[in-house]
Amino acid sequence: MQDLRYAKVSTVDDAVAALQAGGSTARVLAGGTDVIVQARARTRAIDMLIDIKGIDEVLQVAFDADGGLTIGAAAPCYRIYGDADVREHYPALIDCSTLIGGTGVQGRASLGGNLCNSSPSGDSIPAMIVLEGRAEIAGPNGRRTVPVEDFCTGPGRNVLEPGELLVSIHFPAPAPNSGAAFLRFIPRNEMDIAVVNAATQLRFDGDTVSWARVSLGATAPTPLFVTAAGEALVGAALSDETIAAAAAASKAAASPIDDMRGSIKQRKHLSAVYTQRTIAIAAERARG
Amino acid sequence: MSDKIIVSATINGDPTDILVSSRDSLLEALRERAGVLGVKEGCNDGNCGACSVLLDGRLVNSCLVMAAEVEGSDVTTVEGLAEADHLHPLQQAFLEDAALQCGICTPGFLVAAKALLDENPSPSEHEIRYWLAGNLCRCTGYDKIVRAVQHAAETLQTTS
Ligand SMILES: Cc1cc2nc3c(=O)[nH]c(=O)nc-3n(C[C@H](O)[C@H](O)[C@H](O)COP(=O)(O)OP(=O)(O)OC[C@H]3O[C@@H](n4cnc5c(N)ncnc54)[C@H](O)[C@@H]3O)c2cc1C
Ligand code: FES
Ligand code: FES
Repeated sequence: MQDLRYAKVSTVDDAVAALQAGGSTARVLAGGTDVIVQARARTRAIDMLIDIKGIDEVLQVAFDADGGLTIGAAAPCYRIYGDADVREHYPALIDCSTLIGGTGVQGRASLGGNLCNSSPSGDSIPAMIVLEGRAEIAGPNGRRTVPVEDFCTGPGRNVLEPGELLVSIHFPAPAPNSGAAFLRFIPRNEMDIAVVNAATQLRFDGDTVSWARVSLGATAPTPLFVTAAGEALVGAALSDETIAAAAAASKAAASPIDDMRGSIKQRKHLSAVYTQRTIAIAAERARG
Repeated sequence: MSDKIIVSATINGDPTDILVSSRDSLLEALRERAGVLGVKEGCNDGNCGACSVLLDGRLVNSCLVMAAEVEGSDVTTVEGLAEADHLHPLQQAFLEDAALQCGICTPGFLVAAKALLDENPSPSEHEIRYWLAGNLCRCTGYDKIVRAVQHAAETLQTTS
């Protein structure tokens, strides 16, 4: 590995100061499952890692029936899927945190790192979008929050300004009669990068879908919040027609690329299929 | 620039101070600075599991941990599994069931399987395969490894 310094901070203010002092070649170190590989690859100039795992706030997994769920930016996957409240109230977060890498990666990898790495295929991002996640960011000018769907701005790029770090992601308490699900398509059973991934959250008022959110990943430069797919579902009971309309909206929103994992045609098709499948699971979960 | 750092950690039960570079991974520090050679390097990017260790009881890939991060932590490698002259039941089962050929993946599988059995003493075949999905083996075809883990789980349950 090239030259690389390491510093551990124990407060958010110290992290901001260290990021400012380190400049553009300093990076936050959460679980390291992306950034250590990147530092070693020499493709990105990284000469300083700022370990934020000494900060309590970035390690929390805290649920409150009224306030909702706050997940610290560096809380590793195994703590998320090991948390009884998350299992009960946010199964879509279990769907994604159990399939990021293998067990060893899940011992370290965080949802905050997944979001800040801002890969179009980041597996936690569609679930966080449909769950109305809000990213709490700290920086030289204090704190601000950004909806997860507005966080990524391009492959590997996001809204973080110099000196800023992600502190936590907050999710509202789930509404009654609601359910959410995440799925991804990969050619094998585990340990691969998504060809397409998708998430849906639904709320019902009786049989009528009263509210819906759909998100897609690996189909555009950033994970997509597909508002048209949600709108296609709202105001009627779920039927083959409304589900087909939502799937068509996802397919239309997807603007994927051809690469070794999949073609444009296949990804377009999968966008529709995975929208349908996540709607079905979300509906099942809503009915409990 | 990289810094020289002294990292104090408990490695396989022994409190140890190691002089590392701030650019060392835990894998490099274990093999090149602490002489703990049971931990193997395969891919060096998180994909093969040959470098699996327990960090404070949690399974991680040591190639994706900075050495400086383990200050004050507990690190267990394959060397920490046997007790004195007695192989760990997993090691015994891997031998008896021929769950290895070239052996480069074996220390990682043993450590990963120990983490599984610590958490889930009687895993199903599916749970074993899923848990070990981050460990690659080019020789055995996995079936014998899965059987050895099942065998060790049985041994551990009857002896405990
Ligand atoms: C073998 C393997 C398999 C993988 N499989 C998957 C998979 O199936 N699905 C998937 O989506 N990803 C996968 N990944 C990628 C990676 O594990 C995930 O993206 C993970 O969630 C990253 O989290 P981390 O905590 O390790 O991030 P880190 O590597 O610590 O950080 C990632 C990036 O975000 C920045 N960052 C981290 N935290 C913050 C913060 N709080 N504020 C500001 N910037 C921050 C870092 O500087 C870095 O640029 C895999 C990686 C490996 C090695
Ligand atoms: S050497 Fe660490 S996972 Fe392959
Ligand atoms: S025994 Fe050779 S790679 Fe597993």
